[in-house]
Amino acid sequence: MSGPYADPVTLIATQALTKTYGGRVTALADLTVSVEPGIVGLVGANGAGKSTLIKILLGLLAPTSGSVQVLDLDPTTDAAAVRARVGYMPEHDSLSPDLSAAEFVTHLGRMSGLPRTAARERASEALRHVGLYEERYRQIGGYSTGMKQRVKLAQALVHDPDLLLLDEPTNGLDPAGRDAMLALIHRIGTEFGISVVVCSHLLGEVERICDSLIAIDAGKLLRSDNISAMTTVTDVLAVEVSEGIDELAGRLDLLGLTARRDGRLLLVPLEDDETYDRILAAVADLDLPLHRLDQRRHRVAELFATREVTHV
Amino acid sequence: MSDLTGVIHDIGYQRYAGPRLGRRYVLGSLYTHGLRTAFGLGRSAKAKIFPWFVLGVVAITGLVLAAVRAQVGEVVVTYNAFPDTMSWLVIFFVAVVAPELVSRDLRSGVLPLYFSRPLPRGDYVYAKFAALATAVWILLGGPQLLMFLVAAFSADSLSAVWTEVGDLVPGLIYALLWAGVFAGIGLLVASLTGKRAFAAGGIVAVFLMTTPIVGVFAVLPSQTANDLALLFSPSSLVFGVGVWLFGSPDGNDDVGPFGPLYAAVAVALVAGCVALLLARYRKVASS
Repeated sequence: MSGPYADPVTLIATQALTKTYGGRVTALADLTVSVEPGIVGLVGANGAGKSTLIKILLGLLAPTSGSVQVLDLDPTTDAAAVRARVGYMPEHDSLSPDLSAAEFVTHLGRMSGLPRTAARERASEALRHVGLYEERYRQIGGYSTGMKQRVKLAQALVHDPDLLLLDEPTNGLDPAGRDAMLALIHRIGTEFGISVVVCSHLLGEVERICDSLIAIDAGKLLRSDNISAMTTVTDVLAVEVSEGIDELAGRLDLLGLTARRDGRLLLVPLEDDETYDRILAAVADLDLPLHRLDQRRHRVAELFATREVTHV
Repeated sequence: MSDLTGVIHDIGYQRYAGPRLGRRYVLGSLYTHGLRTAFGLGRSAKAKIFPWFVLGVVAITGLVLAAVRAQVGEVVVTYNAFPDTMSWLVIFFVAVVAPELVSRDLRSGVLPLYFSRPLPRGDYVYAKFAALATAVWILLGGPQLLMFLVAAFSADSLSAVWTEVGDLVPGLIYALLWAGVFAGIGLLVASLTGKRAFAAGGIVAVFLMTTPIVGVFAVLPSQTANDLALLFSPSSLVFGVGVWLFGSPDGNDDVGPFGPLYAAVAVALVAGCVALLLARYRKVASS
């Protein structure tokens, strides 16, 4: 065993995974991705195919072609074994309003095969971990949105899964609620030893807590990588001069720096500390008025938008 | 909310190393849960009112019948005829309870939580069907048992008690057929909508709307049509099976030579309802 996560080295692996509905609508196209244990962000716009992917991972949908492995099991043939080890938090409202959180989570624990007493104990524990302890005997119908999201998370945790699939866990939450939910997910991923896949259409949100990111768009893989790999490669220096921007670009090119125009800015990939000196020297040589030279840590969002450039 | 996370921070997460029970346990748990839901157990007081009212009515009816028989010495309603007498009450019971069992789950969106767990999605259907059928059977069989107990204790000889058992058992089996048909139709209709009021209306409608067809066939100038008339409504269908097995309670109904057909149609109806429910939930699970 390495790290806090249980054995499997590959959490999720797909090979040319494709799903079409009725032969016309393509939800996933030739998706090949391999994910290691940890906290994984699955990002994409609404309709990008995130939910379809989750349903395939749970064995609820059969892929049209390609293969898929979850925790080294094949959900198309071994769905029950996969589901026994996976906890799923759906995007939409999925709670019985007339039950108390304790009863509801206990019942779902038993549905996962926990014996009666164990189900009750683990339901209390799961609700305590998500921060609902005092309120757990109240009917869910009277809960706030934030509390409901926590109950949904608790029912995904009750049977102690090895992998959590969370579909838009911050949906409908206010900023404080979002932060609390993200902190909770981060804690589950780091302290509980449970791997987490967080689906979201909000990149800025998941990049804060994830070890790696999978970005899909229109069913196709945009990029899959570690967060650290994505951000270090693409740190850039932004240079702003009040005139002579084209000359500077030409000079930098001669110096072996690939500058990219972005409005009145030149963006230069930061290769090492010498990059600073070379830019300053170039500016001084051309005798240009320098307004600004600062390091920009690219948001992951920009990475996807400017993928071709950052690969140069 | 944030102070709560502060409180829980220090207590570590415990992995679960205990047993994970298999399909039979999960199915049994879901069945028990459904049966309790049917009678409002573990739910609010409001949810208990209707099921217990119906249960009270049938129980009192059973007791009164038993008492009359003990006093007068005359069998007013036989075990077999008891379910027929109670059929309208059962229809209303199913119209209220079936939506509680399945429409509520559709409405609240809780199904993805079931289907993302190991239980095969067919088991959800089997458990709900068994739970509703059991509830209806308790409703019809319970009073029969009461009637039997009264009769057995007031019997003068052991052989009279045995005769009584011989009457009771077919009555209970007949009640089971009622339970199967009513549960199948009730759940199928209720599984089509998340709105409980619509589901209840739909269930009553299925039983109500089909009754005139029976009436039409019963007055057609053809003996065959008359014999087949009872086939066309679920409750009269079950009644027809009863007529075939035990004879007509008041001598007015006849199924001619078609008794086995009635039995076959009843069984096919239950099987068809369950098959359609399975198909319905196959669709629900993957959507």
